[in-house]
Amino acid sequence: MIISIASGKGGTGKTTIATNLAVALGEPVQLLDCDVEEPNAHLFLNPVMYRSLDVHLEVPEIDPARCTYCGKCREICQFNAIAILPNAALTFPELCHSCGGCFLVCTEKAMISKNRLIGVIETGARGPIRFVHGRLRVGEALAPPLIRRVKAETDNGVLTIIDAPPGTSCPVLAAVWGSDLVLLVTEPTPFGLNDLELAVAAVREMELPLGLVINRADVGDRRVHDYAAREKIPIFLEIPFDREVAETYARGELMVEKMPEWRGLMLSLFERIQAELEGGRLRKAAAGSR
Amino acid sequence: MHELVVLSGKGGTGKTSLVGALAALGRQQVLCDADVDAADLHLLLDPDILERHDFYAGHRAVIREDSCLRCGECLDWCRFQAISADFQINPLLCEGCGVCWTLCPAKAIDFPENLCGQWFSSETRFGPLVHARLGVAAENSGKLVALIRQEARQLAEARGLDWIITDGPPGIGCPVIASLGDASAVLMITEPSISGQHDLERIAALVDHFRLPSFILVNKADLHWPMARAIRKFCDVKGYHFMGYLPYTRDFIQAQVEGKTILEYDSNNQIKQVVAGLWKKLRQEIHQLNPPEPSKATARAARP
Repeated sequence: MIISIASGKGGTGKTTIATNLAVALGEPVQLLDCDVEEPNAHLFLNPVMYRSLDVHLEVPEIDPARCTYCGKCREICQFNAIAILPNAALTFPELCHSCGGCFLVCTEKAMISKNRLIGVIETGARGPIRFVHGRLRVGEALAPPLIRRVKAETDNGVLTIIDAPPGTSCPVLAAVWGSDLVLLVTEPTPFGLNDLELAVAAVREMELPLGLVINRADVGDRRVHDYAAREKIPIFLEIPFDREVAETYARGELMVEKMPEWRGLMLSLFERIQAELEGGRLRKAAAGSR
Repeated sequence: MHELVVLSGKGGTGKTSLVGALAALGRQQVLCDADVDAADLHLLLDPDILERHDFYAGHRAVIREDSCLRCGECLDWCRFQAISADFQINPLLCEGCGVCWTLCPAKAIDFPENLCGQWFSSETRFGPLVHARLGVAAENSGKLVALIRQEARQLAEARGLDWIITDGPPGIGCPVIASLGDASAVLMITEPSISGQHDLERIAALVDHFRLPSFILVNKADLHWPMARAIRKFCDVKGYHFMGYLPYTRDFIQAQVEGKTILEYDSNNQIKQVVAGLWKKLRQEIHQLNPPEPSKATARAARP
């Protein structure tokens, strides 16, 4: 089972839910931090890291001895990563999306395979939790290939929790794709609601089941609750604002270790997730037998 | 003309609330919401949308079923696993690289332009606003950021306005990089937490990469003073301009609920003094810096 934790708006509590849920379960679980631009889960989990792996994308370099300046590689490149001048061929590796098209069309064997470092994947453990995260190289623009690489580390058969990046565009899609359920963490403010609506639209585009966690549930207004009711989106958990939570978070500590009631909160959240998935399976089976 | 870009690395530290407050202070500015995949500034500024434009970027491959020979070559070529065994291309996975479209032996693939969102030119009570809405689960956010920043610049020139204040996206990836090229200075707003500090270090390193002047502000400082002071120390060590602390207050949320900037919500509070001082200091510093023309290399790196 793969549960993704996403949000639309940043800073609503994705990492808090992901890390505390993983620890509260106390059983073998893997936590994949797919917010590769700003990975934070390790700060709270403090896993023992035992492996570090550089991740590269294949990019072309042009062999001037073989190149005939025919321009086929430039024509196929949709990302302006190749320029052909009358007597020179240039590549811009930082613009390359590594589609491999230029290698396929070159008839002169002039494309040389080179690498661009996009980031690093680190693997570690904390008790029964297996931990994997990616760290995008500062200056690298493309997060999705690194996110896909983190997800390739998934050990199927073990419960997987994915900490997704904020937003609604391609990095979120890369992180959430293939999940069994998406948990959207929001807050009851106008910004929270606006970004929640965008995130719900993105999750529905992927046709995945979803549920809400409303964090700092007692601030702001009731519009997020009204929206959830109107859209028939289940609210799995509401957490009121608590200064102690904010301070525990600030120090990089886990709520389940400092505030005993959080263990129960997280376990009830997990029960709601399981019930939702079970309900979805029953609905599907019923629809199938009809 | 000067463009101040407000970034944070970590989301939810108060970028948009701060940009709203800066907007309420100045009058000689164009506002630009570059957080195109979760834009919120319009919720504070209540814009009258004057122009709407479709944003097309890149292409998507589509297989014409009647022409497809089902030879399976495209399945081998596609590095994005976007083509299923029954020869359907998943638009959410297609990267728009055109490899299948170019090489298909049956010429059975179309490659239409991709509608990725919309952008708007608006008028607000604090001046013009250029903003956008990226399509659901769409790509090319970096190109959209570059486009609306360019529009903001043209608008500022046309209206003779000296300043552009840009509300940036979270993270350090493609849209953030697109928000940096040609900027005059970057204001980073963070929060006193271990993740706020970690993310600040990464975004500050990216801003250094572009050789842009950095200013740093700690929001919600009283939620954890030791961490707030640690961030100030980080600024001193690294030579970033530390701009001060803002307190945690629910007034920011109440102002948001009423669709107001913090300065309109309660005009006599401590926040107003801090923000007014901040804006004055930023204006002076950025005027003095008189940034050099950005090099071609930075302009190119800013492309997504």
